[in-house]
Amino acid sequence: MALEISPQSADGSTPSSFLDVRDLRVHFPTEDGLVKSVDGVSFTLEKGKTLGIVGESGSGKSVTSLALLGLHKNSRARVSGEVWLDGQELVNLSEGEMRSLRGSKVSMIFQDPLSALHPFYSVGSQIAEAYLVHHKVSKKEARERSVEMLKRVGIPQPERRYRDYPHQFSGGMRQRAMIAMSLVCDPELLIADEPTTALDVTVQAQILDLIRDLQEEFGSAVIIITHDLGVVAEISDDILVMYGGRRVEYGTVQDVLEHQEHPYTWGLMQSMPHLSGDVTQRLNPIKGSPPSLINLPGGCAFNPRCEFRDRVPGDRCLTERPELLPVLGSDKHIAACHLDADGKAEIRGTADKAVK
Amino acid sequence: MFRYLIRRLLAAAVILVVISMVTFFIFFALPNDPALLACGKTCSPNRLLEIRHSLGLDKSLAMQYWEFFKGLFIGRNYGDQSVSIHCSAPCLGMSFQTDTPVMTTLLGAFPADLSLALGSAVIFLILGVGLGVIAAIRKGRFADKFAVGAALFGVSLQSYFVGLILMWALVDKWNLLPSPNYTSLTDDPGQWFTGLILPWVTLVVLYLALYTRLTRSSMLEVMGEDYIRTARAKGLSSRTVIFKHGLRAAITPIVTIFGMDFGALIGGSAVITESVFGINGIGKLAVDSVTNSDEPVILGTTLFAAAFIVLANVVVDLVYGLIDPRVRLS
Amino acid sequence: MSTTKSIAGQRPAPAAESSGENLLEVTGLEKHFPIRQGIVFQRQVGAVRAVDGLDFAVRAGESLGLVGESGCGKSTTGRLVTRLLEPTAGKVVFDGEDITHKPVVKMREARQNLQMIFQDPYSSLNPRHTVGTIVETPMRLNGINPPQGHKRRAQELLEIVGLNPEHYNRYPNEFSGGQRQRIGVARALALKPKLIVADEPVSALDVSIQAQVVNLLQDLQREMGIAFLFIAHDLAVVRHFSERVAVMYLGKIVEVGDRTAIYERPRHPYTHALLSSVPEVVPGSENRERIRLAGDVPSPINPPSGCRFRTRCWKAQDKCATEEPPLVRLEGNGDGHLTACHFPEEPTIASRGEDIVLDPALAALEEARRQSDTGV
Ligand SMILES: Nc1ncnc2c1ncn2[C@@H]1O[C@H](COP(=O)(O)OP(=O)(O)OP(=O)(O)O)[C@@H](O)[C@H]1O
Ligand SMILES: Nc1ncnc2c1ncn2[C@@H]1O[C@H](COP(=O)(O)OP(=O)(O)OP(=O)(O)O)[C@@H](O)[C@H]1O
Ligand code: SF4
Ligand SMILES: [Mg+2]
Ligand SMILES: [Mg+2]
Repeated sequence: MALEISPQSADGSTPSSFLDVRDLRVHFPTEDGLVKSVDGVSFTLEKGKTLGIVGESGSGKSVTSLALLGLHKNSRARVSGEVWLDGQELVNLSEGEMRSLRGSKVSMIFQDPLSALHPFYSVGSQIAEAYLVHHKVSKKEARERSVEMLKRVGIPQPERRYRDYPHQFSGGMRQRAMIAMSLVCDPELLIADEPTTALDVTVQAQILDLIRDLQEEFGSAVIIITHDLGVVAEISDDILVMYGGRRVEYGTVQDVLEHQEHPYTWGLMQSMPHLSGDVTQRLNPIKGSPPSLINLPGGCAFNPRCEFRDRVPGDRCLTERPELLPVLGSDKHIAACHLDADGKAEIRGTADKAVK
Repeated sequence: MFRYLIRRLLAAAVILVVISMVTFFIFFALPNDPALLACGKTCSPNRLLEIRHSLGLDKSLAMQYWEFFKGLFIGRNYGDQSVSIHCSAPCLGMSFQTDTPVMTTLLGAFPADLSLALGSAVIFLILGVGLGVIAAIRKGRFADKFAVGAALFGVSLQSYFVGLILMWALVDKWNLLPSPNYTSLTDDPGQWFTGLILPWVTLVVLYLALYTRLTRSSMLEVMGEDYIRTARAKGLSSRTVIFKHGLRAAITPIVTIFGMDFGALIGGSAVITESVFGINGIGKLAVDSVTNSDEPVILGTTLFAAAFIVLANVVVDLVYGLIDPRVRLS
Repeated sequence: MSTTKSIAGQRPAPAAESSGENLLEVTGLEKHFPIRQGIVFQRQVGAVRAVDGLDFAVRAGESLGLVGESGCGKSTTGRLVTRLLEPTAGKVVFDGEDITHKPVVKMREARQNLQMIFQDPYSSLNPRHTVGTIVETPMRLNGINPPQGHKRRAQELLEIVGLNPEHYNRYPNEFSGGQRQRIGVARALALKPKLIVADEPVSALDVSIQAQVVNLLQDLQREMGIAFLFIAHDLAVVRHFSERVAVMYLGKIVEVGDRTAIYERPRHPYTHALLSSVPEVVPGSENRERIRLAGDVPSPINPPSGCRFRTRCWKAQDKCATEEPPLVRLEGNGDGHLTACHFPEEPTIASRGEDIVLDPALAALEEARRQSDTGV
């Protein structure tokens, strides 16, 4: 057998997925203590597929995405773990090497397109700039490429709008411009951090469809970060549910949304009204508020807010941190909860009732 | 943009007129009688009346202001038909002390201030912004602490103190520099330069701290903005991120303060520095005129300084328009 | 968290009131914000027609939802109704009394019965006042002296909204967003209002927290018989909370009706577009129609002639540009279901033969895909 030189991860296994994130941790030392914003997150993603990362505010979604772009380098953040992208490990890459990947192989769309675009430069020149850093082309070619991209994302009169400044665009058009900017170098991985949170619902629908259609055309992998389960359900293949910087549930959209295995995911589903829900049924909020990332509750981090912890014998929820265990009968679905199968079935039972 | 400019200039003119009125009435409503001063020690009542009349002081205050205002545009004649002195177009009045038009005196003193202001401003702006940027991007590290510390040290010193120490060390003790004074640039560029080094350094020490801290805080704020994150996410080099995206946005508040400072400096605000180094600029003129109760000169220097500050404001607004398309296009 | 116990018995049973007559009646309400130019001599060069002729009513004990996209005039409507803004035209009748131009000083009595809750739980509470002061102030201002005393009453109110009465002496910054919103609710309740105008009361809150506040407001509505004008852009939340819903577009109501009419049998194309844009978690929602509008809402400074939606409408014809459609009950609509459209849609939200994709970029991408699919 011929020896092949292939990238090896710490545990010796070769990453086979396009994107393979292993045990990613991002910790920030602060005056109040160590903020464990991301604490052992792993997932994989193939080209042409979409992963949705959900969780409430402060659960570490954005910090995770910035880590994939290596944007915590040169900051006080402590990043560990592995990020394998197309066979290349990113966490230990030098800033210079990482920079050549940013915007070309991996690119990003941010939440608030007004503040994410520089107010003093024209929209077009900002897109052209992204193209020029990674391509040896003339300014004119970069400009043509940018106009083309503006047209692709549906900006009317792209030649004219090229010269406009961000404040002259409406919210939806700004987000389209952001998308144009992020796609200008044909990235293989696109990370969209709450791309539609600041937008109206009809515009949100346009933008989400646009991302989906463009992804199909470009064949890139997409990570979409949001707190809206509806958005994830519309556009993703897989879902990663985060709580307090950790994974609590991970699987395909069908797995997770139809067979929630974790009380937090279930709580999220129950606390939001649906267009076809039963209006006589009260919403079922998750009690309490999000945890502090400096002092996560011991045992299961969700335990102070969990309705089911008393069903787990021996106070295990308070003392023992639940492991992410595979769910029976599914190859990808995993969840971190001490509840036994009966308990989980009950969660779903109630969940099903609320939906129908 | 053009209409905006016209509007700003009109507003500036209105402000200047208001300032001139206010200063005029304050000075001329003061109890001491300029005619008495001009008359000297041995003064007969007749002579006093004559002087009053020749200075126009026998008219009502409003009339006096009107005369003064007219003088600004069409010039003015002082005295009777017999001994008449003409003060030509932008006439700010006549000095009681020297009987020369105030404008002439001001213009004579102006080049010194301009040289002082330009030279020091170039240095403190470049150094201050440079240090501020370094401090901001190295926040919390040695370079930051050093820059901030040095700036703090500078600002806590007083300009006469710095000036005197420098003078003592560099001029008197080691003879490294000639004694500072102002020589016209056209007369002798070399002497112009060497003579102004110490005053420049003094002013730089004074202003550097302010600009370093201002740049640092402005830069820190901007570097935390979302668009900086976007710039980094595009894969731009850190130099491009810092200068093209960061500094470009961080410079706006600096431009405002700089406009004011520079306008004031040209208008003679470096009073202490001028006095310490014996430079005959507008600041010194103002001090002298106050000592001598030479009211037309006081009024003249005040207005002159005000004009520059107002003008600087207009220029700042224009620069704003150039920097920030949101201002330009609204 | 049940709030039932402490609320009960404060007001007569709501059932008697809820079908009663109109508590709030708004007719022809307009608000045009002038756009001025010039520094010294200002000329009016135009107007933002934020609210441009609204007619609606809120019955006692009922919740009317107001939905629509950003800038369509929802908040302005709320402020007009509570008299925080002076209307340009129209009439507001509250509790049988015309308050349209009532001077603010004489609003005291009406204000007691008409309270407002704001979107931002951070900026709407004075950070220098204790929670107790915040909740008591409206009572003191209105000269209300509850028998048990201000403090006791404030603590009761805190309990009603699910806060610990011992938090009386704390400051707003010690509370989370959801808790702050509760303080705002307690303040609004202090005067036992008949109507609360809630302007996006949950939009600023995290998903997991939203439901807590929605439930609280729902308890208040049901158990204290308080009527709500519930302003929000989240269609699912509005559906959950409001028996009747009005859909706004560019300063006008385009459709109003009860919950089922709007959400299951909408007639106005815009209502269809809105509903089909809501991303849904629930499996089985795939057979909803798919409508993707192009572009954004036009400017309220210069709204389109005729029907305001016509620039983005797939059914628009010449008539839509020349004639403004009246808000009327169309043939086949249920009672109280009014629609302002010349060419209304079928009353269903089920998916149709073909998606309506007006967005040019989307249409191009999807057309290309269809061709490659059939080509292969
Ligand atoms: N530079 C930093 N220093 C210290 N703490 C940080 C830093 N950046 C982020 N955090 C903390 O990390 C946590 C996670 O932040 P993150 O932005 O990833 O949340 P998120 O899930 O994206 O939330 P949201 O939905 O509000 O965007 C937060 O509690 C935040 O305060
Ligand atoms: N004080 C004001 N002066 C001028 N224009 C205003 C003023 N207040 C609101 N507007 C304009 O009136 C229109 C309606 O605003 P309003 O705040 O009522 O919208 P909204 O439906 O509440 O939107 P959102 O969902 O963003 O809160 C907008 O175009 C807004 O810009
Ligand atoms: S582990 Fe326990 S506390 Fe955590 S979610 Fe499961 S049941 Fe709840
Ligand atoms: Mg985030
Ligand atoms: Mg609003």
